Amino acid sequence: MPEMTLVGGVNAALAYEMAADERVLVFGEDIGVNGGVFRATEGLQQRFGPERVIDTPLAEGLIAGMAVGLAAQGLRPVAEIQFMGFSYPTLDQLISHASRLRNRTRGRLSCPMVLRAPFGGGIHAPEHHSESTEALYAHIPGLRVVIPSSPGRAYGLLLAAIRDPDPVVFLEPKRIYRLTKQEVADDGEAMPLDVCFVVRDGTDITLVTWGAMIHETLQAAEQLAEEGVSAEVIDVATLRPLDTETILESVAKTGRCVIIHEAPRSGGFGAEIAAVVAEHGLLNLLAPVARVTGYDTIMPLLKLEQHYLPSVERIMDTVHKTMEFA
Amino acid sequence: MRCVAQFEVGYTGYLDHEFRVTGPLPEFAREPAQLIAAYRAMASARAFDRKAINLQRTGQLGTFASCLGEEAIAVAVGLAMRPEDVLLPMYRHHGAYLSRGVRMAELLAYWGGDERGMDFQSVREDFAVAVPIATQAPHAVGVGYAFKYRKEPRVAVCLLGDGATSKGDFYEAINAAGVWELPVVFVVANNLWAISVPRALQSRAQTLAQKAIAAGFEGEQVDGNDYIAVRDRLDQALERARSGQGPSLIEALTYRMGDHTTADDSRRYRNAEEVEAWRRRDPLDRLRGYLLQSGVWSEADEEALQVECQEEADQAAQIYLERPPQPPASMFDYLYERLPRAYAEQRKALAGPSDI
Repeated sequence: MPEMTLVGGVNAALAYEMAADERVLVFGEDIGVNGGVFRATEGLQQRFGPERVIDTPLAEGLIAGMAVGLAAQGLRPVAEIQFMGFSYPTLDQLISHASRLRNRTRGRLSCPMVLRAPFGGGIHAPEHHSESTEALYAHIPGLRVVIPSSPGRAYGLLLAAIRDPDPVVFLEPKRIYRLTKQEVADDGEAMPLDVCFVVRDGTDITLVTWGAMIHETLQAAEQLAEEGVSAEVIDVATLRPLDTETILESVAKTGRCVIIHEAPRSGGFGAEIAAVVAEHGLLNLLAPVARVTGYDTIMPLLKLEQHYLPSVERIMDTVHKTMEFA
Repeated sequence: MRCVAQFEVGYTGYLDHEFRVTGPLPEFAREPAQLIAAYRAMASARAFDRKAINLQRTGQLGTFASCLGEEAIAVAVGLAMRPEDVLLPMYRHHGAYLSRGVRMAELLAYWGGDERGMDFQSVREDFAVAVPIATQAPHAVGVGYAFKYRKEPRVAVCLLGDGATSKGDFYEAINAAGVWELPVVFVVANNLWAISVPRALQSRAQTLAQKAIAAGFEGEQVDGNDYIAVRDRLDQALERARSGQGPSLIEALTYRMGDHTTADDSRRYRNAEEVEAWRRRDPLDRLRGYLLQSGVWSEADEEALQVECQEEADQAAQIYLERPPQPPASMFDYLYERLPRAYAEQRKALAGPSDI
């Protein structure tokens, strides 16, 4: 089995599906000859040609809109937005069209498109290159919002996203694009969407996270084990639609829940998860649901970004308080 | 300084508003049956429009955008396209859909607040109306790209208004269509008003057609109230697109004779003299006048047609009004191909125990 990084998993999934399905077209800015600024599409244009791996003019709204047109025509467009910070012109197309094309034509037209974008901080990038605004996308009915947090899930979930009959926003945690390697079978096997993954079993506390924060969260779980605390770690993976059952089952078992995300706290997707646990799991709770998140500030530029991003220490601190509550 | 590029923007009109022929007519226009069919479609579209407004005024339809005065453009688009082409319209030009076989009752359903209205039983690949301005222009790029990729001799026709040409979506779309030489025809129905904002405040550009030149392809103007002119130039543009010669932009000069929608009162921002002046250039009067003058149409034909159109619109209204509404829980049923489990509880709460 080949060893893959997370970005390698993205690349392998794209290559696999392009070879398997002529309907798959990949396009975006600098994704052709250059292979994308993170090399997610490296080698694809050489292999599949410029008709299928398309360098677009520099226009994000166009990229999202043409994906809608291609998808409505039965193709399988996979569009790349270079950074999440440049994805906001696509919101108009995602909200006004992609997410509702099936609904507003009562199934006559549909929109099986994928919009990929790298997101998150911690790579010392310029302004607008480090935000985590996944909650904006997760608020849109009709969309799927999928975030892989390992090479294997990048490969398997991207395949599932491309094959899904409805639009998927696929957000890639760029800080861990190359952080770890994993053996992944390049066999075209997709992983299920709409489910959370329990990536570490535990009995004392449930840590819920997604994207790059999986890294700090697993580190915290490791330290907690040394302290004799057994932490269960859940990678949410699909934010919309949310698999509440996996989270509630875990909380029913552990009685404690800490949610960790990079995005600002207020109105972040952690609030939705906390509300679900409060609505359906209150009587199982031994302590209040807690959140470890980015601050309610503008994402700072690179000199201060380490102070903004939740650290292992901040996670440990909140977990300790939650464990000590009762 | 030397000149490195020079451009021209052409204008085409065949019939003036006194029904005089101002130049040699194109082939199709020498065939009375073709022009009569087009005139009938325009009259039918106008009857539909009148019916829709009546329904709205009597509380039986939602807010409606009238096409009054722009029927020549709408019908020319509908009749010039082949069934396998794909229409990506804005919300006003009902005659384009109707000429392609969409049922009046379907359009009434949409404007009456029923999503099933855009589930056309014919032209299954046509887009639903775009409500946010110019957002359908990038879709046309995608559709055109799909045609080109699959090597199909089909054309995407994108209908926009003058206001749309101020939007980034429009510029981004024509630019990309130019780069990839896509089979897309952009038709700008320039009716001089974007709700209350007149053409002069929309752009300093002398024509809207010339915006295509910046995207690397031809833009031209036609008299949008002259069916023969619109149809002729559309035929040419569609043929170019179909034969791999890339996109075109046609700016059709017309006038929004009615309010923006039934929720608008255009007396607040434009004067009656202007409206009256354009009423004399009514596209239906123009074509009818020419047909009468040519002796291929009579007052008796006209009377019969009016009765027929009225009956057709009445029947459509009847079908629309008699259709039972969708069950409330249907709002969940087309969100995704299969409703994810996460939504099941909400759907059940809305549907109640009896309707699962």
